[in-house]
Amino acid sequence: MMLAQGFGRRYMKAFLKGFFVAVPVTVTFLDQVACVARVEGASMQPSLNPGGSHSSDVVLLNHWKVRNYEVQRGDIVSLVSPKNPEQKIIKRVIALEGDIIKTIGHKNRYVKVPRGHMWVEGDHHGHSFDSNAFGPVALGLLHAHATHILWPPERWQRLESVLPPERVPVQTEEK
Amino acid sequence: MLRGILGKTIRLLGYTLQYGCIAHCAFEYVGGVVMCSGPSMEPTIQNSDIVFAENLSRHFYAIQRGDIIIAKSPSDPKSNICKRVIGLEGDKIFTHSPSDYLKSHSYVPRGHVWLEGDNLQNSTDSRFYGPVPYGLIRGRICLKIWPLNDFGFLRDSPNSHRFSGGGLCLPILHFLGKL
Repeated sequence: MMLAQGFGRRYMKAFLKGFFVAVPVTVTFLDQVACVARVEGASMQPSLNPGGSHSSDVVLLNHWKVRNYEVQRGDIVSLVSPKNPEQKIIKRVIALEGDIIKTIGHKNRYVKVPRGHMWVEGDHHGHSFDSNAFGPVALGLLHAHATHILWPPERWQRLESVLPPERVPVQTEEK
Repeated sequence: MLRGILGKTIRLLGYTLQYGCIAHCAFEYVGGVVMCSGPSMEPTIQNSDIVFAENLSRHFYAIQRGDIIIAKSPSDPKSNICKRVIGLEGDKIFTHSPSDYLKSHSYVPRGHVWLEGDNLQNSTDSRFYGPVPYGLIRGRICLKIWPLNDFGFLRDSPNSHRFSGGGLCLPILHFLGKL
């Protein structure tokens, strides 16, 4: 009887100790290193979700790569939506600060991306709520860099950072 | 001997990792101590004051007009700015300076806030770079810790005439501040 009580208390102590180690470490890992997310919507077709509503791709989001806000043109990134902070959107980076971009459907024909901002677009033009609708977005809203598709298994692949040739900026700022 | 040192080093690294993660979670989800620099929030916050910022309000979307918040700078994501929220989404903001004859105004877009420093003469804020997306907000300052003679909650804005939440016009999408 006494032995069982001592064992129960020891078990509780070990459980709590493990809990207070595992939860912060896991949360920090998911916030700072990498996490996975399901992609919804058709704005990045055909790169992501080519099947439409049949199957949603699950992508690996890499936070570590963007911890210094370093992105390249052509990267697929996830960011906090500037119009709705509760939502994250996934788009491709088309232009960085200092570039002059020719827009599709924006109120200005040519836009120069201001300092600390970037221009993002979905691959499926016309079905995408992106910078052509809300203008350049601040780099501070950057959430992660989508590097791989993990599910469904037949779509396992590394996402390439390729800029569509027709969307190359008119003028880029040489660093 | 060597195995003992290796064991101790690994244990030390383990503890550092564990406490680092706890510290990260505490700052990200609860709050932390911040030192402010710059003159843009005088007289409410002076240069080199130390304040306590809580990060719960932004996760629950409970930031309100009149709150002093810390946000990532729109022009440089690696630096932070400390300003007061003057308008939420849908609010009408008067963008003219007192010397202008024509009173011009604009509405704060959806998902954005309008920030201004208390020291209007010496502050680069939304009057310069426009409305700031809500997603850039990091935390809300609730308490001043240093200097001790000024310890306590922060004063209201000295520029309350800039707030348009009163009877002038009803904000359209105003639920952001009310939860």
